[in-house]
Amino acid sequence: MTRVPAVEGWFTTDPDAPQLIGAQCPKCSTLVFPPRENVCPNPSCDSDTLEPTLLSRRGRVWSYTENHYAPPAPYVAADPFVPYAIAAVELEHEGIVVLGQVARHVSASELHVGMEMQLELDTLYTDEEHEYLVYVWAPAAPSAGSAGGAQ
Amino acid sequence: MSRDIAILGAGMHPWGKWGRDFTEYGMVAARDALADAGVAWTDIQYVAGGDTIRNGYPGFVAGSTFAQKLGWTGVRVSSNYAACATGAHALQQARAQILAGFCDVALVIGADTTPKGFFAPVGGGDRKADPDWLRFHLLGATNPVYFALYARRRMDVYGATAEDFAQVKVKNSRHGLHNPYARFRKENTVEDVVNSPVVADPLRLLDICATSDGAAALVVSSMEFAEKLRGSTAGLAKVKAVSTVTPRYPQTVLEMPDFATDSSAVVAPPERTYKDSIAHGAYEEAGIGPEDLDVAEVYDLSTALELDWYENIGLCGEGEAEALLRSGATAIGGRIPVNPSGGLSCFGEAIPAQAIAQVCELTWQVTGRAEGRQVEGARVGITANQGLFGHGSSVIVSI
Repeated sequence: MTRVPAVEGWFTTDPDAPQLIGAQCPKCSTLVFPPRENVCPNPSCDSDTLEPTLLSRRGRVWSYTENHYAPPAPYVAADPFVPYAIAAVELEHEGIVVLGQVARHVSASELHVGMEMQLELDTLYTDEEHEYLVYVWAPAAPSAGSAGGAQ
Repeated sequence: MSRDIAILGAGMHPWGKWGRDFTEYGMVAARDALADAGVAWTDIQYVAGGDTIRNGYPGFVAGSTFAQKLGWTGVRVSSNYAACATGAHALQQARAQILAGFCDVALVIGADTTPKGFFAPVGGGDRKADPDWLRFHLLGATNPVYFALYARRRMDVYGATAEDFAQVKVKNSRHGLHNPYARFRKENTVEDVVNSPVVADPLRLLDICATSDGAAALVVSSMEFAEKLRGSTAGLAKVKAVSTVTPRYPQTVLEMPDFATDSSAVVAPPERTYKDSIAHGAYEEAGIGPEDLDVAEVYDLSTALELDWYENIGLCGEGEAEALLRSGATAIGGRIPVNPSGGLSCFGEAIPAQAIAQVCELTWQVTGRAEGRQVEGARVGITANQGLFGHGSSVIVSI
């Protein structure tokens, strides 16, 4: 079974330190996620090219929830359905809030607004040939600077 | 120069879940609005239809669908789609035609028949460039997931409780009890809400609005036409403002169905959040402020979202909505009743009809005809609404 991203070009698949792939405007420097190749979103900029760029792996929780009902297709829900958490995380440097599922081993009761998170990869679903990967948020491993610093 | 237009008539089909042809509901609403206005269908010069995207071609061309259903008269039409804000965009279309002098009197109409359960993306096939398709596929982010993110933020940042959210439902269920157009007419207790199943934590089934069938219509005209028709414009409800603003870059609050906000790293965020700017646009156009309001109809897709709206339309400061609710100010009999109709909580959402229904309710309120739910002495009201993909709407109605 081959591991492939469930969507092309949104994140790197390095299993140890995956990163979101955004786009940056070469003219005004603004950033955008999900990535795209053209048309800068800044209304005061007329650049028609955007360049791929890697985004911060860490950020802080803007909000979160836990979904208790199986979504309709095109979501591929586990059977029986298992609730999963979703978090909106504000990236450390980009001023972008990115929505993602939360790693399956983490429940919403472990989260709070402002908590530091980092990007991981998880399996979204599998079929006969492929394991489809998606980026997920997980509580960040404590870094040297924040060790023991409960927020 | 006054930019008022007159609301000559309002009509609705009750909200429910029957799965019938949406045009059947629309016809009932249209005939009621025409009768209320005292205007014959054959005298209507323009139809602004609110589109439904879940009912095939007739839904995409709602203006002509209803013109044909009422009987072709050669009337000019438009069909509008702006997600949940569709009805207000249709009203704005009619208003612009009237104020430009292209027509004197218009019918604004929206009707829907909705499937059961969660809204799923419209249309089949893999659409990897469509954020509405992708948010279901990659995240399983249903509409209640987005509502829940806003609700949780209120809890963690402002100290809102599940009971606060439940109290919104309790209030709205009381308001809607005597509204003949409401689908759910049952008084709910806090216990009912907090014991209903969790849909998307912290929101429970009774915190979230259902999807409904329903229809609403308005007959609107120039003030001159109204005066000629009735001999006077005294006592008529008027549209004072329609705001249909889109966000300003960077939009820094995550909006359904997006995966991410804009970046605030290079361009500073605008003075007002998008939701604040929706009502602000209406206040500016009408030349009034929140202190002038007697009543408001806001889009309570969830109980917690009603609290967000209190702040977005300026009834209180940021983080103060729970205190305003607890004070009783937003219940009928309070300082500024919100959702006297019962809101989406009692209606469920019939997308292209809902923003029109909000204006119908204000029309009945400011003309003293909201039987069983009348806000005493109401003269000025506002609606507020936000739909997917940057569609906001806010309408100010006054006597």
